[in-house]
Amino acid sequence: MNVIETEDLTRVFTGRPNRKDRFRRPRHVAVDGLSLTVEAGESVGYIGANGAGKSTTIKMLVGILVPTSGAVTTVGLHPLKQRRALARRVGVVFGQRSQLWWDLPVQESFSILSSIHSLPAADERVRTAELVEMLEMGEFLATPVRQLSLGQRMRAEVAAALLHRPELLILDEPTIGLDVLSKQRLREFLVAQRREHGTTLLLTTHDMGDVERLCDRILVVDHGSLAFDGTFDGLARTVGARRELVVDLAAASPDLVDLDGAEHVRSESGGLRQRLAFDPQRTTAARVLAAVSERVEVLDLSITEPDIEDVVREIYRATRR
Amino acid sequence: MRPLPSLTRNPYWRFLVAGIRGQSAYPLATVAGLVANATFGLLKGGIMGAAVASSGGELAGYSAATMAAFVWLGQGMLGSVNLSGRSDLQTRIKSGDVAVDFLRPVSVQAAHILTDVGKGLFALLPRGLPSVVIGVLVSGMALPPDAAAYALGLASLLIGITVSHATIYAVATSGFWLVETRGVSVLYMALSGFFTGLFTPIYLFPDWLLTVALLTPFPSMMQFPIDVLSGQVTGAAAGQRIGVQLVWLAVVLAVGHLTTRAGRRRLEVQGG
Repeated sequence: MNVIETEDLTRVFTGRPNRKDRFRRPRHVAVDGLSLTVEAGESVGYIGANGAGKSTTIKMLVGILVPTSGAVTTVGLHPLKQRRALARRVGVVFGQRSQLWWDLPVQESFSILSSIHSLPAADERVRTAELVEMLEMGEFLATPVRQLSLGQRMRAEVAAALLHRPELLILDEPTIGLDVLSKQRLREFLVAQRREHGTTLLLTTHDMGDVERLCDRILVVDHGSLAFDGTFDGLARTVGARRELVVDLAAASPDLVDLDGAEHVRSESGGLRQRLAFDPQRTTAARVLAAVSERVEVLDLSITEPDIEDVVREIYRATRR
Repeated sequence: MRPLPSLTRNPYWRFLVAGIRGQSAYPLATVAGLVANATFGLLKGGIMGAAVASSGGELAGYSAATMAAFVWLGQGMLGSVNLSGRSDLQTRIKSGDVAVDFLRPVSVQAAHILTDVGKGLFALLPRGLPSVVIGVLVSGMALPPDAAAYALGLASLLIGITVSHATIYAVATSGFWLVETRGVSVLYMALSGFFTGLFTPIYLFPDWLLTVALLTPFPSMMQFPIDVLSGQVTGAAAGQRIGVQLVWLAVVLAVGHLTTRAGRRRLEVQGG
C-alpha cells in the first residue's frame, strides 16, 4: 500500500499587491507539479534548500494547507475531507511548534493525548511506559513543559506523536538545535521504533547525519519539484558526498598531495593543519590516516561530514545543467 | 456488553480539566486579578449606590441591595468571562500553532472553547467567591431568595461563561481572513463593556440602545446570569433569560463552526 501519494501537487501563494503595481498580486509557486509515492515501511528523507517547498508539501500531506491543484492521499485518506480519521493514523512533529500543554507536567500531556486518541487505559500505561523508557524521560515526567530543555522537549514531542502508534510519522526538522548526544539518542530511538512497528517515516532536515542514519530513500526538492529520488549511496555517488579528514601535524609540512584515495583541499597555519577530502564509498578514514601517517606525524584529527546545504547545492547544479 | 465510555477519558472533558489546571499554575496573577476586581468593585459600588440613592432608593427596578448584587456579582465574573476580546486561538492562528490543533482527531472549536471555559470555571473560586464575600460584607448585597434561584442562577452562570468563550472563539476565527486581528479585539472590548452590563445594568439604557444590546449575545454573558443569580428576576422570567442565553449559545456555536470550516481552507501556516 502507498502511504503517501501525490499527483501533480501544486501550491501557489498569492501575496498582497505591492505599491508599484496595485493590480497584480505577486505569485510564488512553492510546490510545482510534485508527483511522488511512498510505500509502507519506507523511511524517506525530504531535503532541499530553505524555501524549496519542503514544509509546504508536508502541510498539504496532513491537510493543514489546501493544494492549488493536483491530488494528495495520505494513508489512503483525503487529508482535508478526512482530517480526523487522518489524525488518528499519522503522527507529526514540527520542530518549531509544540503539541504539549505548556503549563502542565509532561505526563499530563501524554495522558490527555492518549484520551484524544481514545487509547484504552491499559494500553495508555503500556505505551507511555515504553516511550518513557526508550526516550529516557523518567526524570522530567513530572516537570511542566515550559521548564524543559530543548532536548527534553523534543523527546517529549516525538513521544507525543507516537503515543497512538501512527502508521506514518512525519518529522519536520526534528533535530534542529539539539546537541550531538541528544541527536544520537533520538536517531537510535527512531531506528528502533521503525524496526519494531514498521512505522513509515518522512522527515525533513538540515542535518546530513539524520539522513544518512535514518533514511533509506532521499528526495531532494528544488523550486517545488523533485530534483533527486534515490538512496543515500546514490546521492553520494551523484554529488560525491565526500568527507573531510582534518589533520593537525607535529611540524609544518608541504601540501599532502598524491595520497591514495584522498585529495588535498587546503592547508592552514602554514601547513600545520591540512584538509583532505575522501569518498567513504571508496576508502576509509583509517586508510587515509595511515597514508598520512607514513609521511608525517599526526597530533590530532577530526572528520567533517558534508553539509546538507552543499549536497543540495551540488544536486541543484547537477540537475539544472 | 460494551463498557460505557468513561467521562474522565473523554477528550473534551480532558480539555476542560486542562483549562482548569493550566490556570491554577498562575496563583499570583489570580491574586492580582482579585485585588483589581475588588478595587474597581468598591469604586463602581460607590457610584451605582449613589445613583440609586439620588433617585429615591429605586432605579430601573434596582434597590440599593440588588444594585450592590449587580456590582459584586459582575466583579466576581470578570475572571470567568472574556471581555478583552483577546484569545489563545487568535495568537495561535497568527503564529501558525493552530496547525497542531487541526492535527488532532477532535473538534478544534470544542477543544478551544472547553479549555477556556475550564479556565473560567477555575477563576470562580479564587476570584468569583471572594468578590461576592466582599460584596456581602461591605454593601449588604442581595442574595438569591431560595434554592431554586441558586440552581437557576448557577445554570445561567455556566451558560453565560460558555456563551462568552464560544463568542470569543467565533470572533478569533476572523484571523483566518485578517492578518491582524487586534482591531477586532479592541472593537469587541468596547462593545462588550457596554452590552454585557460591565459598566451599568443595560436596563438603564435608553430604549433604543437597550434594543440594540438585546440583539447581541453580550447580555447573555453577564447581565442575564446576574439577573438570575441576584434574584432580580425569578420564576418564569428567569427561565426566559436562560432560554435566550441558550439560543445565543446555539447561534455563536453555529457561527464558529461555519467560520472554522471555511477558515481552515484559507489557512496559510506561516513559517516552519
